[in-house]
Formats: sequence, C-alpha cells, structure tokens
Amino acid sequence: MTTPTTPQHPVPPQGAPQQPGQAPQQPGQAPQQPGQAPAQPYWPGQAGPGGPGGYVSPVPVRAAHLGDAVVAEWTKIRSLRSTMWTLGTMLVTVIGLGLTWSLLYSNSDEVLSADNVLGVGAVGVLLGMIPVLTLGVLTISSEYGTGLVRTTLTACPSRSRVLTAKAIVLGSLAFVTTLVATLLVAMISSALLSDRITEDPTTGEWFKATVGVSLYVALAGLLALAVGTLLRHSAGAITTMLGLVLFPPLLSLFLQSDAVEKIGEVLLKYSIPMQLFTLYGAEIDSGPSGWDALWIMLALAAAATAGAHLALNKRDA
Amino acid sequence: MIELEGLTKRYGDKLAVDHLTCTVRPGIVTGFLGPNGAGKSTTMRMMLDLDNPTSGTVRIDGRHYRELHDPLRTVGALLDAKAIHGGRSAYNHLLCLAQSNGIPPARVREVLDTVGLTSVARKRAKGFSLGMGQRLGIAAALLGDPRILMFDEPVNGLDPEGIHWIRTLMKGLAAQGRTVFVSSHLMSEMALTAEHLIVIGQGRLLADTSMADFIARNSRSFVRMRSPEQERLRDVLSGAGIAAAPGPDGGLDVTGEDAAHLGELAARHGITLHELSPQRASLEEAFMRLTAESVEYHARAGDGAEPPAGAPDTPDAGRPAWGTDWRGDRRGKES
Repeated sequence: MTTPTTPQHPVPPQGAPQQPGQAPQQPGQAPQQPGQAPAQPYWPGQAGPGGPGGYVSPVPVRAAHLGDAVVAEWTKIRSLRSTMWTLGTMLVTVIGLGLTWSLLYSNSDEVLSADNVLGVGAVGVLLGMIPVLTLGVLTISSEYGTGLVRTTLTACPSRSRVLTAKAIVLGSLAFVTTLVATLLVAMISSALLSDRITEDPTTGEWFKATVGVSLYVALAGLLALAVGTLLRHSAGAITTMLGLVLFPPLLSLFLQSDAVEKIGEVLLKYSIPMQLFTLYGAEIDSGPSGWDALWIMLALAAAATAGAHLALNKRDA
Repeated sequence: MIELEGLTKRYGDKLAVDHLTCTVRPGIVTGFLGPNGAGKSTTMRMMLDLDNPTSGTVRIDGRHYRELHDPLRTVGALLDAKAIHGGRSAYNHLLCLAQSNGIPPARVREVLDTVGLTSVARKRAKGFSLGMGQRLGIAAALLGDPRILMFDEPVNGLDPEGIHWIRTLMKGLAAQGRTVFVSSHLMSEMALTAEHLIVIGQGRLLADTSMADFIARNSRSFVRMRSPEQERLRDVLSGAGIAAAPGPDGGLDVTGEDAAHLGELAARHGITLHELSPQRASLEEAFMRLTAESVEYHARAGDGAEPPAGAPDTPDAGRPAWGTDWRGDRRGKES
C-alpha cells in the first residue's frame, strides 16, 4: 500500500488546496487505497474472514470435467425446439419414404435382389440426412449467432472440451435416431417384400444397412458440426453442407465430354449420395465398396474436426 | 483479485487496449469507466480468456482463466444480456451452465429467485425484455456463488427499480468480500456504487484511483461570487492577489480560496454580495475532461466532443490544465 497522504474525506473541505505537492497518480503504478472502504479487512495481506481470495462460497467445490460438459450440452440440445424439428423431420422422411418405396416395390412385378430389399430405405436416408446436417451446424453456429458461445466458454474455458462434448451429444443423438429409423424401415421392407426376393439379406448386409448407415449419418452430422465451428455462421455453414452433398453428383451430369469425363466419374463415385448407396450394397466400378464409404466419411469428419479444434482454440470467441 | 499486466489488444492498426496494467481488489466495487469504444468490453473479454491478448497477461487469483478448474465458482460474468438462445427457457439456460460446472440444479432456482425471474423461468427467453435479459445474465453470473464478479454495463435496460436493485446487489456482494468489477460509461452511475475507479480511454489507463480521491482531484472546486458592485469586487480581489474569472452568468469565479475568507474580504471593503457559493464541477464533467483527449481523436470533427460548459474554463493561469501532469508522466515512461 502506498501514499498514506490520500485525503481521508470523500469531499475535502472547501478551499482545501488540491495537494499541490502530490503529483497525480501515475498510471501503471500500484493504485492507491480505495478510499475508506468499509470492507478494508478484506484487503490482501490483512486476513479477512474470507481468506486471501476474499469471499469463499459455502457451496462445495469440485473440479468440472468432460462429463459435466456432456450433461450440459445434452440439456442444451434437448431444450431447443429446433432439435425436435430437425430430428422429427428426419424420422418422418426416412420412415415415410422407406414405407412408400416398400409399398411401390411390393405392388410391382419386379424380382428383387437381396440388396434391393434393404436398399428401399436409401432414398429416405439421403433426404433425411439433410436435417441432421442442419442440426449439426446449428449445434454450434446458433451459439455464435446469439453470442451465447461467450457464456459457454466462460463456463468452460477448455474449448476442446466444449467441442468434444457437443460432438459426443450430437453424434450419439444422430446415431440413435437414425438407427431407430433405419431398423424400422429395414423391418418394414423385409416384411413387405419377403415373397419377392431370391434370397434373404445376410446378417452382414443388415448390419451395414442399419448400423453402418446410422454411423455414416452421425459422422456427416459431426462434419457439419466442424464446418459450423469453422464458419461460425448458420446460413453459410448449412449452405456449404448442402453443397457438399448435392453439388458433386449435379456437376458430374455436366462433365460428359471425353476431356473431363474422368473428373465427372470420380465426382459421382465419391459423392455423398453415391457413397451412401454403396452402404446399401450398390456396386460401382472401381469405386468405394463395402464399408469404404464409412471410412471416407470418418476421415473427412476427423480432418474437419481437427481443424475446428485448432480454429476454436486459436480464435477470439 | 484480478491483475492485469501490460494487457494489449491490437486489431490491425488499431490498438483497442494499450498496455493496461491495474489490479482489481476484493471487498470493494471497482468501476471500470471509459467512453464508448474505449476498450472496456475487449478488456473484459480478455480477462475471461475469450479474446487472446496481443501481449500481456491477466491473472485471476494468481492463475490464468483457462487454468481454473471451476470457472463459474471463481468468476461470474455478465457480458451481454442478449447472449441467450431465444428458444431456450430461462431455467434451461441456467441449468446447462450449472451442469457444465457441476453446480446442483437447486442453485438455479435460488438465483432465479434472487433476480426475480422465478415466475417466467419456464418461458422462452425470446420474449424477454432487455431488463429481464439483464436479470437473467446477472443470475448466470451469480450461479456459482463466485469470489469475483464482472458486469459489463449492468444497468443497461433496467428500470429505476432495477437500477436501484443492482446497485444494492453489487455493494452487498462486495461487502461479503467479493471482487466486483463493473464497467460503465456513466460516471454518475459509478459515483453511486464504486469505491475504486479505473478509467480508460482509447485503451489506455487514464486513472486508477479511489473514488474519493478521484472526486477530490478531478472535480474543480471554486467559489462563485456575485455582487452589484462587480467591478469594485474584482478590484478588491486583485488587490488581495486573488485571481477571479468571469462566470457564465455575470458572477466571478474564484479558485483556490476559502469562501469564508472571501466573504470576510468583501465585508471589510463593504461590498454587498448577492452570492457567495462554493461550487464543485460535476463528476460527469470531471470524467469528460479526463477522457476528452481520447474522445477527441474520434469525434473532433464537429466540436461535438467538447465537455459541456458547466463551469468556465480555468480562471487560474498558474495551475496547469487538468491532465497535463499525468500525460507528461506517461510520455516519460513510454519513451
């Protein structure tokens, strides 16, 4: 504590010289004592009832961890109507289109392969994926839009923990919801089309068309979360994700001439819709097959997530 | 306790915060004052590790914010009352914050009660007025019962009753031994709550002083004299070696003399006085004088930034214009 010469009256008596000898306080120097604070006992060095930090809360304290962040993110995601709307739309689309396709096939005379039975769900999942991408983007971009992200990061200064918690909650939610929908559609289609097929789908094919597809959709959701984190803007990030899904197959339509045909082929083979269909057993010449699509999406989501972590930690919130 | 050391933030060419060094102590309300755009919010964001300083450090009870294991228990902050997702209810907004720090949900109801939002706790925040948003933000700050509280312009949007409430609240929190750091661009507001003042302008520290000291030093005091024999009074004063400047309404303003002494002087010469009143320039004016230079940079164009003429300009030529000293000190130190 310095300068004991500070006036001890909030308002000095009239005419009191302004202490000409005393230079105004220099910025940067240890500040003077805070007037006649009734709370002076709390000054550091003068042990007050609160100890060195001043006030000590009676509420017991424990260090927060990732589990707390996950619980918090779960509360966030379940307390918004947009979650209900996006996932609801996804369920209705996947199940509705799966049922419609099954009925259309069951009324036709076509003989179907084992793949076709499960494959009737593919179109529904392709469309149903879009609201999941929206949800993935909104999970973080809505916080940037409202400024809530600052509050979130104040409560949890570990930015990687926040993003990881969001990824765990969003990924699990997207996976479980898609799994419910794809299982239901697979059961409907096998029941409706059981008398039309040459052989039953194998357990492996079932697994790929339900769990595999659900993982694929969940990973696409995580990719959207990463893109949302990188772009911090809802409309921009949603547009980017839609473009990523729809643009390559669309572009390949216009790349038919010999010179650019190869590019068009690759764009089509590795487009997200085509990859999704391969999980349902669609076969493409020298393109991804089996579980390849899932690994490609995994790599894509992992790379984007790594970038998102870097950006989030480096940038000003 | 919050310690800032050489805190600097640069956006391109512009220095938003310029080597800010100061300490915010527990047990008192510290006002953080500066005109709009002075760098208050940027400083507060850097304190909370939301923005990365270009250089310098902030220590919260000796640690960097990112190292706090239980941030909400240590620091409660209200930065922006609108930083709420409109689709979420007040209760859920607070609940997810509480959960992220392992704070029991019962505490959410407590703080909702404290700020008076219990009746609208389940309503979506979209419909909240600015004042209600402000209260919700304060509830979030109080959630962890923290040792340190930071409020960025907390009275914005509050009605008079709300303003009174938050003043009492802040004083109460400080009296419990907490560190309370409140930013404002209104000197008059700070005069009622803060015991210590940190004033910045253009990101630079202009003053770091107790409120009492700030008042004593910055609000010029003078004695206004008025007489039907104005000319004779002036002669008598100058005869006694007292400089007097014409006041705004035909009076004489005398600085550095006791009112009693001036009255006796007039009486000795048989001069009738119509007014003999000690005057004190308002705090708001003192604040504007203090920050005038930093504001001038922005708004000089139309002379709009001139401090209002509450008191006439310095009647005493001997005393340097306010602020010259510290400016000199600063330049000296920087070079």
